[in-house]
Amino acid sequence: MTEQINVVAQEVPGFTRAELEQAGVLLSSVEGLYNWARGGSVWPLTFGLACCAIEMIASATSRFDIARFGSEVFRPSPRQADLMIVSGTVTKKMAPQVVRIYNQMPEPKWVIAMGACAISGGPFKQGYNVLKGIDRYLPVDVYLPGCPPRPEAVLQALNYLQEKILNIRIEQDPAFTAGRRQYPVPRFTGTDLEPPYNPEVWRPPANPNTEPARPKKAATA
Amino acid sequence: MSTPAWHEPVLQQFPAVRWDGAARALIVPPELARAVAEWLTQPDHGAWDFCSNVTGVDYLPREVKEKSKRPDGTEEIVVRTEPGSLQVVYHLYSVAQRSGPLVLKQVVPRQAPAAVSLTPVWRSCELQEREVYDLFGVSFEGHPDLRRILMWDEFTGHPMRKDYAEPQDYEWEPTPHGDVLEKHRRGKVIIA
Amino acid sequence: MSAAAATAAASYSLVRQPAMETGLLEVSMGPHHPSTHGVFRMDVRLDGETVVALKPVFGYLHRNHEKLAEGMSYLASMPFTDRLDYFNSMTNNWAYALAAEQLLPIEVPERAQYLRVIMAELTRLVNHTSLVGFFLNDLGALGTPLLYAFRERERILDLFEQASGARMMCNYFRFGGLRCDVPEGWLARARAVVDAFPRFLDEFEKLLCENEIVLARTQRVGVLSGAQAVNAGITGPMLRASGVNYDLRKVDRYGIYERFAFRVPLGSAGDCYDRFMIRLLEMRESLKILDAALRDIPTGPVMGNAPRVFKPAASETYGRVESPKGELGFYLIADGTTKPYRYRVRPPSFINLTVLEDLCVGHTIADAVVILGSVDIVLGEVDR
Ligand code: SF4
Repeated sequence: MTEQINVVAQEVPGFTRAELEQAGVLLSSVEGLYNWARGGSVWPLTFGLACCAIEMIASATSRFDIARFGSEVFRPSPRQADLMIVSGTVTKKMAPQVVRIYNQMPEPKWVIAMGACAISGGPFKQGYNVLKGIDRYLPVDVYLPGCPPRPEAVLQALNYLQEKILNIRIEQDPAFTAGRRQYPVPRFTGTDLEPPYNPEVWRPPANPNTEPARPKKAATA
Repeated sequence: MSTPAWHEPVLQQFPAVRWDGAARALIVPPELARAVAEWLTQPDHGAWDFCSNVTGVDYLPREVKEKSKRPDGTEEIVVRTEPGSLQVVYHLYSVAQRSGPLVLKQVVPRQAPAAVSLTPVWRSCELQEREVYDLFGVSFEGHPDLRRILMWDEFTGHPMRKDYAEPQDYEWEPTPHGDVLEKHRRGKVIIA
Repeated sequence: MSAAAATAAASYSLVRQPAMETGLLEVSMGPHHPSTHGVFRMDVRLDGETVVALKPVFGYLHRNHEKLAEGMSYLASMPFTDRLDYFNSMTNNWAYALAAEQLLPIEVPERAQYLRVIMAELTRLVNHTSLVGFFLNDLGALGTPLLYAFRERERILDLFEQASGARMMCNYFRFGGLRCDVPEGWLARARAVVDAFPRFLDEFEKLLCENEIVLARTQRVGVLSGAQAVNAGITGPMLRASGVNYDLRKVDRYGIYERFAFRVPLGSAGDCYDRFMIRLLEMRESLKILDAALRDIPTGPVMGNAPRVFKPAASETYGRVESPKGELGFYLIADGTTKPYRYRVRPPSFINLTVLEDLCVGHTIADAVVILGSVDIVLGEVDR
């Protein structure tokens, strides 16, 4: 992005960019301005699953004040939200609902997996009703480890997300090219969820003896 | 911890009820459970008005070795299999008299376990008996609304039973230590 | 459906408009709903706005705590108890330590006893302030009271962090004492927090207790009688709001609670307002206990003579404490190994939901939200 701005700056003959800025002229590409604006107004979904949700709420209260980063507007309706913070343990009983809520969110949309549980099942990983990571069903943008992560860490995760948003090339952004991303909602069977993962976003390890499971590289990155 | 002999009047009133001294619990036959429960709530029988905790316990069949003497004086080791059982445990307190706990147990067989619901006596059993039904598979006669509570409705099996095994397609990732490593070696992995 | 709710529903006749078809509306509130305090779901049947029937649906946060605990050593479950009721990790720890200490008696040193009381009462303050904040949120006072409450909560969480290293998941208790002593100067800092707390309570009470909207929305809403509450196993502030004097700190006198002078606030109407006020009053009593405990705490060790490997003989026990939400009990069966044979948590907020339908039937759906808020549930504990 900086490159583009410099290109623009060179087109104003006789002035450097710094000189223009000093004179009160800011230069940017449309893309840069657009990304800067939407990165600064990411509206999270009011969506708490477990213990981590309390720290998410704490990050919105006066001491940590997520409003400094433009994300104080927690929206209870997925139709108005940009960011889903999966804060807590996703159980198998809850997983279809999480996917459904994600499907209802408009583009562009991002996901932060908050806490060990959302990333991998965390302390409850061996449980019979616990999903071993939400990235099996949804594309995760930022993984935020901790049990629970501190509110400061939530803010940092948000900063990382903003950084990521700043670097999006609009013409390559699936939000603009692929329509609204919707993923299949898993069904309940007698023992488990069907399908057990979404092959579009996650693949199981080819050789689990040596290789850990990992999500597919996100297309937006 | 020694508890007072709250159980003794029950034993006198209901000869079919046994006292398990090790567990400090009354073993009540399911067909008597309702009668015993109703008797216990009476003010002059202890006023056990508050049923705090209801849960299940699963005992697998196990082999017991016993020594027995032959008539000629030599000893012999006999191995017999003790049948398994499911227990439904109730912890009773009395708010009126501030006493407790008194422990009731219904013991039912592991195959087709059927206990008697005490929800009509103590409402607090309602959700907890549903939980025992869901996780242990004990059915309660006389329960107003016996459905699965924690697992989804389509779920089969009773995960809190000791012999519950996760199905083969269980999502599983290697973590390199302990039981998990062992499981991993046995090849219980996701088929891609 | 319970008997009372069934009669209420049966005697309920649909409001009929001539020449207009009306019918009942079924609404599924949750599991993703901002008023359900997590992933709880209520299936509500409505006539217009009035609740005719309500079924709670559980299990969206069933994390298999009991099954996992049966596969690990006794002490390894301690951090998992933190995550049961994630507002009150300290009292959860205490309940578990209490039950385990009944299986294998270990003398708890004086200083640890005092610190346990201090931590438990600070936890009660955290829980009740947050609850009041969330409750007013449910009433429509979006945000502001919650911000006040969380401001106070942060001060106490700082104390927890200094003592245990973690804000929420403290994992501070051990069988026979505490993991470590509090750092130097901690008691003075705790004293400062406790001394400043009444000012916040005064402010809070002045703002809320006689607020007209709060009164109108909560009084005579969700009335629960004392007898019904006892029979349905309701415990904690909700039971006492119905006028039943049953506080385990007084009844069981676990720990060293018999050394402190405090009163048990009781409600008379058993409605949402009483349940809300009881919590405010209980905080004042907790402050009294804290005041005395911080004054009298002796020096000395904080860990008793616990064996290196916790391996109780075959026996079973049930230990319970008065957690801020009600009676939190642990039922442990030992079989002589290092793992519990059966590990069961008696979750207070789960059992307090038994009467939810009875409380809500006949009120409007907006009141159902308030009633649920006054029950004070935490899903980690409801579903475990
Ligand atoms: S990561 Fe830890 S704190 Fe967060 S939901 Fe899971 S158990 Fe709770």
